[in-house]
Amino acid sequence: MLLLGASGAGKSTFLQAAAGILGGADEGEEQGEMLLDGRPAAEQRGRAGLVMQDPDAQVVLARVGDDVAFGCENLGVPRDEIWSRVAEALDAVGLDLPLDRATSELSGGQKQRLALAGILAMRPGLVLLDEPTANLDPDGVREVRDAVARMIERTGATLIVIEHRVGTWVDLVDRVVVLEPGGGVRADGSPAGVLGERGDELAAGGVWVPGHEPAHPSRRRAYGEVLLSGTDLGVGRRSTVSSGIDFEVRRGRVLAVTGPNGAGKSTLALTVGGLLPPREGRVIASPALAGGIGADPQRWRSRDLVSRIGSVFQDPEHQLLAATLAEELAVGPRVVGADAATISRVTDELLVRLRLDHLALANPFTLSGGEKRRLSVATALATAPPVLVLDEPTFGQDARTWAELVALLAELLDEGTAVVAVTHDALFVDALADDRLVLAGSVLGSQERGMSQ
Amino acid sequence: MTSLLVVERTTAMHRVNPVAKLLAALTIAIVLVLTIDVVSAGVALAVEALLLPFAGVRPRTFWIRTAPVWIAAPLAALTIALYGQPGGTVHFSWFLIHVSDGSLHLALATSLRVLAIGLPSVVLFITIDPTDLADGLAQVLHLPSRFVLGALAGMRLVGLFAQDWQALEAARRARGVADRGRIRRFLGMAFALLVLSVRRGSKLATAMEGRAFGAPVRRTWARESRFGAAEWTVVAAGLLIAALAVVVSVATGSWNFIGAR
Repeated sequence: MLLLGASGAGKSTFLQAAAGILGGADEGEEQGEMLLDGRPAAEQRGRAGLVMQDPDAQVVLARVGDDVAFGCENLGVPRDEIWSRVAEALDAVGLDLPLDRATSELSGGQKQRLALAGILAMRPGLVLLDEPTANLDPDGVREVRDAVARMIERTGATLIVIEHRVGTWVDLVDRVVVLEPGGGVRADGSPAGVLGERGDELAAGGVWVPGHEPAHPSRRRAYGEVLLSGTDLGVGRRSTVSSGIDFEVRRGRVLAVTGPNGAGKSTLALTVGGLLPPREGRVIASPALAGGIGADPQRWRSRDLVSRIGSVFQDPEHQLLAATLAEELAVGPRVVGADAATISRVTDELLVRLRLDHLALANPFTLSGGEKRRLSVATALATAPPVLVLDEPTFGQDARTWAELVALLAELLDEGTAVVAVTHDALFVDALADDRLVLAGSVLGSQERGMSQ
Repeated sequence: MTSLLVVERTTAMHRVNPVAKLLAALTIAIVLVLTIDVVSAGVALAVEALLLPFAGVRPRTFWIRTAPVWIAAPLAALTIALYGQPGGTVHFSWFLIHVSDGSLHLALATSLRVLAIGLPSVVLFITIDPTDLADGLAQVLHLPSRFVLGALAGMRLVGLFAQDWQALEAARRARGVADRGRIRRFLGMAFALLVLSVRRGSKLATAMEGRAFGAPVRRTWARESRFGAAEWTVVAAGLLIAALAVVVSVATGSWNFIGAR
């Protein structure tokens, strides 16, 4: 069963209730009852297993075998049986690794399959997946999807999955339920029925329905002057993760940086953004960008940087500074010396543009993942820098906010902003990329120029 | 951080139950802090020098990992030699500094003590795998599994602190606020790190509950924590070192119980 619904409709809460880990009366209000096999879910630990979104938050122990065994231990399974269950579960998710492999060395897709194996070893009748592939690259998504398919075939367990990107799971599920924000069920039926009849409505509500992908915004594709460039660049923190990178960032164009997890894309984004010194080669800002303060972004002061290159990190929580959204957006403009009237005009405009205006006085930490990401994009836009460096700008966005974000970027590009975007999102690349840089770990990265005019 | 959380179980010493190592190191340390004399620490150190080569730690690893102990010992000696309680002939005196027979003797006793406690502790602890330690604490010493496993799982998150800190630093530079207010910025980042850790910790707790952690059944252990001949040998070695130190020290009349001074 695929569970859909707009943000805030209560999908995750529903899964946690089914898993019996919603907490007691002191943590919130509860009405009605959630029964598993006719008994309250909270009394049947291990009958339902839950895999969540964040691969890093679900690893419990330091070794692969021990981590899978953890759930069995808690359920009091005898020792000999635990290890046969562990082997079986790892096999079911296709993780062919030694039992003493360190869990910290696994990729995101492997970690999610490990979490799935940990659930399977408990032999649950019900498997609950809460956007299990949202943080993964395309290979990771495929790995996890195939593992789930194999698991269902072997164990016959019931599956409930939440996922914005319906295409990943639609072949696997035989029922689609759409929750109504505020309570109740909006639609319930076969995938073909629900997606066919209500495809437009669901897409308008933000669900990624196959065949209803958001339209690409129209753009004047320019070939502007070079603002930033790098030759034979090597990036890394303690050791070089990627080298031999050549790139140019031009006014009005998007340079999309792609490649597998661990290839050094985020490290490159930090280096291009003037936040991490290159290990080899140089990043050079053209005079048009630098405006007389030297060509090396590494050496610029923080407040000179903020009006020239805006960076948006992979994890928006690292970038939050203030107690309310409005203050958060005012940080940049205040640093560059904007007056109060300008600051309030800029923040108001951005809040409306990114559909965050109803949250102006909310604490940034209380936002949903998708909202936080839009906020961190907005903070970079507040000082109108000529270059934007975005690390996974579309993570966690539903179809509607995705389309709005892409439209906003298209508008900025037409006004002459240059964008560097690190992304796994093939739709984003299709919609916006002008130039591409493919990183493949230590192998040379080369930029291929798409001259689509 | 990987190396801290996953210690290869290669040698015989690595396979010895961490609880035994903990007991051995504790025995030596407790006995040696009861007295401050040259003989007890010297004897302990001498016996350790005979036993340590059998611990199965490679010489290179031994010197690298025990380097802090080798640095701390002479530093402690120097401080005590200069500022320690004077006694006997005074060799040199300037302001608060009095180098005397008494302080030199005390300095030697202290530095030997640092080595005699430090070296075996380091050698025993670098062969301890955290997972094995948790198994031992819960199965051998019967400490509450909830706390032991909670601490073990939490340790994994400590490794993420350094990464978070670097990201917070870069983020502040990117937001334009990294030029001034160093102390205020530091406090802000420390607070942000705390917030991030708490959030991550609660996510981990949910994940653990999702795997039936704290279920109302008697927990089983996938890995058995044994306490057999090898473990008793290690504990006995600790006892032997401590006992020899006491016996020789008392016999030569140099034992001075710290409470009796």
